[in-house]
Amino acid sequence: MPGSAREAAGLPEPCTPHHVVQHGGPENPSVAALRDRFPEAIVRSHVMWGETTVFVAAARVHEIIRFLRDDTAHAYNYLVDITAVEYRDADQPMEVVWHLRSLPWQRFLRIKVELPTGAPLEIPSVTDLYAAADWIERECYDMFGIAFNGHPDLRRILMWDTYREGHPLRKDFPLRGRFSRAEQLSQALKIDTSGGYSTTELSVADAFNDLPEDMKQRLRDKRTAAGLATPASDEDAR
Amino acid sequence: MSKRTIEMAVGTAGLDAYGQPIRAPLTVREQGALAVDAPWEPELESEHMLINIGPQHPATHGVLRLVLELDGETVVRCVPHIGYLHCGFEKIGEYRQYNQIIPWTDREDYLNSLGNNVAFVLGCERLFGIEITPRCTVLRVIAMELSRLMSHLVWMGTTCIDIGAFTPFLWLYQERENLYNLLEGWVGARLTTSATRVGGMAAEVPDGWMDGLNAFIRNFPKTLNESDKMLSKNGIWMGRTVGIGALTAEEAINCGMSGAMLRASGVAYDVRKDFPYLDYETYDFDVAVGTSGDVYDRYLVRVEEMRQSIRILEQAVQRLPDGPLNVDDPRVILPPKTKATSQMESMIHHFKLVMEGPRPPIGEVYVPVESPKGEKGYYLVSDGTSKPVRWRIRPPAFVNLSAIPRMVEGHLLSDVIAINASIDIVMGEIDR
Repeated sequence: MPGSAREAAGLPEPCTPHHVVQHGGPENPSVAALRDRFPEAIVRSHVMWGETTVFVAAARVHEIIRFLRDDTAHAYNYLVDITAVEYRDADQPMEVVWHLRSLPWQRFLRIKVELPTGAPLEIPSVTDLYAAADWIERECYDMFGIAFNGHPDLRRILMWDTYREGHPLRKDFPLRGRFSRAEQLSQALKIDTSGGYSTTELSVADAFNDLPEDMKQRLRDKRTAAGLATPASDEDAR
Repeated sequence: MSKRTIEMAVGTAGLDAYGQPIRAPLTVREQGALAVDAPWEPELESEHMLINIGPQHPATHGVLRLVLELDGETVVRCVPHIGYLHCGFEKIGEYRQYNQIIPWTDREDYLNSLGNNVAFVLGCERLFGIEITPRCTVLRVIAMELSRLMSHLVWMGTTCIDIGAFTPFLWLYQERENLYNLLEGWVGARLTTSATRVGGMAAEVPDGWMDGLNAFIRNFPKTLNESDKMLSKNGIWMGRTVGIGALTAEEAINCGMSGAMLRASGVAYDVRKDFPYLDYETYDFDVAVGTSGDVYDRYLVRVEEMRQSIRILEQAVQRLPDGPLNVDDPRVILPPKTKATSQMESMIHHFKLVMEGPRPPIGEVYVPVESPKGEKGYYLVSDGTSKPVRWRIRPPAFVNLSAIPRMVEGHLLSDVIAINASIDIVMGEIDR
C-alpha cells in the first residue's frame, strides 16, 4: 500500500510544493538507476518545476518502461497519461510523452521520446504493460497520427472512422478544419446512418473467433468455473 | 406417453416462416425425463444478439454509445463508442491566453466546473512560478470540496434513478440546488463558474456568504444520512450492486483507474494525500477505501467522501484568514479599475494584460488534482508566448470508462446500466 513502503524507507511525508525552483532541485532517483542500466539509451534529463523529465531513445522506450514497471525499487505501476507535443517551431522535434507514477514509492516521472522531423511517426505501444494505454494511445493516434506499433486495435476514437481531414492536434491543421464548410456539410449529408455498426460488430455469428485472445481465455475460464463445456472455437460450439 | 406443447422462442431461430414462435412437442419419457421432439435443435451456444445502447439514452449519462453482444441476457462483448461531444478543447486552448482557457475548463467536466477552474490555474501558477495568498488557498479548498459535493450529489441521484429509486434523487438534487444558490451568490454563475484567475480568484466571497455555507454544512449531513439509510441496507439496492462489475486492486491499477473506482478496489490512492496541493496535508480527513471493488463499494466510497468533504469544509471555514485574495503581481493580476483609469503604470499593465495576456517562462508542468471522478491532471507546455503550445487534459472518466468492457463482460444486460452509472462519467470530459 502507498505510504508503508515510504515509511519503511524513512522518506519524509510529501507536502504541497512551496517555492519550487524552475530549474534544478532534487532529481527523481529512478533516473540514476536508468543511467546505470541503459547508459546508451538515456539522451538527457532535467528537473523543471520539481518534475523530472528523461529523454530516451525511441527504440528502447518499451524496454525502459517495462524495467521501470517491473523493478520493485521503482515500481511505476500506474500509467497516468500518454500524449504528444508538437511545437510551433517546425525545427523542434515532436515529442511523445509518458507520465508514469509509482504508487508504492509516490514518485512521478516524465519520459519523453523525440521524433525527428521527417521521420515516420512510429513508437512502440505499451498496451502489453498497462491496460490503461489502450484508449490513451488511440486518442494520441487520432489527434497526432502517431502509430503505436503493437497496439491491438489502433483506430480513431474521438473522430469517426471515415474522418479524412487528418489529425486535429497537429500544428499544420487549421483551427476550423481542413475542408471548407460546404465540403464538411456535403460529407455529413452523405453519411450512411445505417453504417453505424462496424463490420466486426455485425459478424456476431463468428464473434468468438474474432475476440482478442485474452478475452477468449477469460470467457473460457468463466465457463470452466461454471462447469460448462469449453468451446475451443465457434465451430465446436455449434 | 403424454404430449404437451411449450413455446420455444429462442432468438430468431425459434420463429417459423410467419414470424410466430415454433411450438415444439415435449415428450415425457421413462422416469419422468423430459425430451424435445423438435425438427431442429436450438443453437444456444452460437445464438448471439446485438444490442445498441445510446448515444441518446438516459442511462448512458450523455452521448455514450455501447454496442453489446449478448448471449441470452449475458454480455459477451462490449464495444464502447465515444466522441459524439468532441469539441477540440485542447486545440482551442492553443489559440487562447491562459486566463481565456478558464471558461473552457468549466465546460469539460461541467459537474465539477469549480474544481476544474482551480486545477487549471494551479497548473498555470506552477508554470508561472507564482505563490498564491493564504486566503486564496483556503477559498480554493472550499471551492474544490463544494464541487466534489455537487458532482457526487448528481452521481448519487442519477445512479438511484438508473437502479430504480426515485426519492433519494429528489432529496439529493434539493441539496445540490442549495449549493448552486451559494455559488450563484459567490461568482454569479451556477454551472459555468469560471471562478478563478491565474494568481487568484475572480471574486471575493460576498458578506454573509459564509453563513450560508455554514448552514449548508449543518443541514447537509441529515439529508445524506437519510439517503444513506434508504439505500445502504436496502435489499433491492444491494441486490443490484453487490458483486457487480468488480475489479481487483491489480486490475484497477493496471487499467489506470483513479478516484472512487480505484479506492473501491482497496488501493488507498488519493492525490490529496499522495501528492498534496493547496495544503491538503494540513487538513484532517480520511481516505475512504473499499474492499471488493464492485458497484456497491464504489457507492460506499463516494458517500464516505462526501462526509469527508464536509469535514474539510468545516476546517476550511474555521481557518479562513483575512488578507488579500489575489497575488500582488502586476504581471498577472489586473489592477483595480480606479487605478487603471488614474495611474499611467497601472493603465499600461491593464492594457498589456488584456491585449497580450500574461507570459510564463518556457517550460512544462503536469499538475494533478483529485477531482470527483478521479485523478484529473493538466499538462501545460509553454514556449514563452502568452498561449500554451500544448494544453493536455488528463481525463479521469475517459480512462475509467475504457475499462467498461472488462467490467460488464459476463454480467447481465441490466447490470451494464449499474456498472456504467458507477463509473460516474461525464461525456463532456471524455470527449472534450
